[in-house]
Amino acid sequence: MDDTALGWWGVPLAVLAGAIRVSTPFLFVSLGECLTEKSGRINLGLEGTLVMGAMSGYAVSYATGNPWLGVLVAGLAGTVFGALHAAICSLDRVNDIAVGIALMLLGTGLAFFLGKPYIQPQAPQLPAIGFGWWSSSQQVRDALQVNALFLIGAVLAPVLLWGLRNTRWGMTLRIVGESAEAARAMGYAVNRTRMLATMAGGFLAGVGGSFLSLHYPGSWNERLSSGQGITAVALVIFARWDPVLCFWAALLFGGAGALGPALQSVGVTQGYYLFNAAPYALTLAIMIATSSARHRLAGAPAELSVTR
Amino acid sequence: MTAAPPVAPALEAVAITKRFGAFTALDAVTLKVRPGTVHALLGENGAGKSTLVKCIMGFYRPDEGAVVVDNHEVAIGNPRVAQKHGLGMVYQHFTLVPRMTVLENLVMARAEVPGLIDWAAERAALTDFMRTMPFAVDLDAPVATLAAGDKQKAEIVKQLYLKARFLILDEPTSVLTPDEADETLGLIRGMARAGRLSVLIITHKFREVMAFADDVSVLRRGRLTGSGLVAGHTPDTLARLMIGDTAVAAPAARAATPQTDVRLEVVGLHAQDDAGNPAVRGVDVRVRAGEIVGVAGVSGNGQVELVQVLAGQRPASAGALRVHGAPYTATRAEMRRHKVFSLPEEPLKSACVPGMSVAENMAFRNFDQPPFARGGWWLDTGAMRKAALALIDRYRVKTNGPEAAIATLSGGNVQRAVLARELSGDVSVLIVANPVFGLDFAAVADIHAQIVEARNRGTAVLLVSEDLDELLELSDRLLVMSHGRIVHETTPASADLTVIGRCMAGHAAPAAAHTPPNGRTAETTPAATIPAETTHADHPSPAL
Repeated sequence: MDDTALGWWGVPLAVLAGAIRVSTPFLFVSLGECLTEKSGRINLGLEGTLVMGAMSGYAVSYATGNPWLGVLVAGLAGTVFGALHAAICSLDRVNDIAVGIALMLLGTGLAFFLGKPYIQPQAPQLPAIGFGWWSSSQQVRDALQVNALFLIGAVLAPVLLWGLRNTRWGMTLRIVGESAEAARAMGYAVNRTRMLATMAGGFLAGVGGSFLSLHYPGSWNERLSSGQGITAVALVIFARWDPVLCFWAALLFGGAGALGPALQSVGVTQGYYLFNAAPYALTLAIMIATSSARHRLAGAPAELSVTR
Repeated sequence: MTAAPPVAPALEAVAITKRFGAFTALDAVTLKVRPGTVHALLGENGAGKSTLVKCIMGFYRPDEGAVVVDNHEVAIGNPRVAQKHGLGMVYQHFTLVPRMTVLENLVMARAEVPGLIDWAAERAALTDFMRTMPFAVDLDAPVATLAAGDKQKAEIVKQLYLKARFLILDEPTSVLTPDEADETLGLIRGMARAGRLSVLIITHKFREVMAFADDVSVLRRGRLTGSGLVAGHTPDTLARLMIGDTAVAAPAARAATPQTDVRLEVVGLHAQDDAGNPAVRGVDVRVRAGEIVGVAGVSGNGQVELVQVLAGQRPASAGALRVHGAPYTATRAEMRRHKVFSLPEEPLKSACVPGMSVAENMAFRNFDQPPFARGGWWLDTGAMRKAALALIDRYRVKTNGPEAAIATLSGGNVQRAVLARELSGDVSVLIVANPVFGLDFAAVADIHAQIVEARNRGTAVLLVSEDLDELLELSDRLLVMSHGRIVHETTPASADLTVIGRCMAGHAAPAAAHTPPNGRTAETTPAATIPAETTHADHPSPAL
């Protein structure tokens, strides 16, 4: 911490940079969860999918030397987990939340088991694009290194929002999530739609996981995920099932997560762990503030088991 | 039949048999709908009406028999195929997606939807299509904000938009006011007469059959008991075909009980629905000992929430309840002290624990008191069982015994079991909601008799129902609820159906329509004018 040229101004800058870094997995997992929940199912297994994506992405990047191939494989691993969740949930009297918890444990356990050999070696990392060329300050340049996945996610959010309104796929997905009965009456295949939505959701969560191991923190170990997969579920509720709001919510959570390290970088070390808990405290506070014992959640897909 | 080109098809269901396991739901039923006519399918609940139309629409595959459209036998494997043959069905429970607009619902219901939807072009095309309809529906309104009558119209428009030439309507008027029902059925009949449609209407209302149908078929227990021109029938002959020789309990004699003390008093009550929108908006009701006060209204006008507040299942947001003049918040202690009991609608869901036994469910009111609870904590299951056996016998509950889970009972028997629990003791106030929904004739008569008997014993009864006939039969006073307010009061003897219908639909009641009983002043709120658009706007538009 020799460079203190910016002084306290470094804190908001570090929070912004951290927000972009930390929010990327939140963004992808919440976009994926948003798609899944729009179809009327909740997939709590995305935490496991995230860790699985991180491990498989890292392994493939290490083996092939191409981090983008790693991202793709992480997404495919997520797709497989999504398909598994959807297939089990399509059976009679199966609770999607219980299946999700089982898959969360399976995903993390499997990733730890298969990922043992990859803890030591260093795999090729994803690139970042520098938006700080205009500044002479190294700190500003560092802070404005924006990773490519974040940019993809930032474009994806409005595209999903548009797609949900203006394509047959998007409309079908929403109809299935709003009223399975109406969907059947219109001749739409409810289970197939949910299967595809859950698989797409799993793909995005897997990609989100690959960010953890291939960019930030940028290595594979068993403590890589700190509950981003679960937090993202809360984030979708907070974002009222709107992909663009998911983007802003992810940034907000990312910013809260970056607060602790940012303060530490300017020398505030007291209460470091307290500041690190900010995202979780924020989750709790937001859920309390936006929930009510009397009302159902506005905007929730009507078929969702937690809101029914 | 008509001068118009014969687009309306003839449809014939020939000797349809459908079995579910050992149970024969339909036994060689033949039904013939002539082109350009309205054909009524009449029958009690469980007579097989729904099974028959589901066989026609391809939801079920009949075990025997065939469907013939315009003299060609067609194999209908699923509803999509039915749509290709020009068959469309409007369901009793609407199948439009509530949070999407009418436009979105119509476009997405098409067999072929383009991958990329050009909403502007679709809107223009549908606006043109709407001009050919005898009625208008707002294309951009979210379905959830439409009144029940408009939803029904939107469903019908949807079927015509999908090019249905044969329309099946399942109990189309059950959620409509009498005026809306007449309007909708009149329009349907008009389109049939014009040769645009052939129509099959499932119903159990004789009035609608007599007024709007050309032909009628009657089902009883899966068999066709009669068929022919409506002109050849009277409501009596139809009723006989429908119920057969089942003995129906005679209506209970009403003892003229003196109406003295006010038992239940609702003052300026407000409550919100599940979404947080105001549902009950300032309701004042008084119920005296020995009277039945009926509350009429189309479903979704705050009746459910009103009953839930009275039963302690929903907090009031403003206003007060009083029982015997004392403040009442529906706690267990207060219910016990004031002897308040209730039979909410869908009792299996809202007044029972489905997985627990009949005996346990029957003991919910007093399991924690002697003689069931010894020393206040040890439950005497033997005593509960004995008490349950007595109630099962007295209220003729058909069950495999007091140990059977209450969810295994039929709807009518769940209703009887809950009624037994709520009515067996000394009852001062009884709150009842839609007590006979989905029950057959015998069970209806039975439960009505129990309610009148309670009234005769001096119980104050508040009866909330969507069935106007039931209210006119049972009530001493009749209130009409619309948009969360009581907008009209009358007595069954002086009731004017047109006025009641207009009030149910949310139109202002004429002030002169108040007919206070026994010279007392009416206890209703002034019949205020209710701007419909503000009440509908409470629903949030879909976020996405």
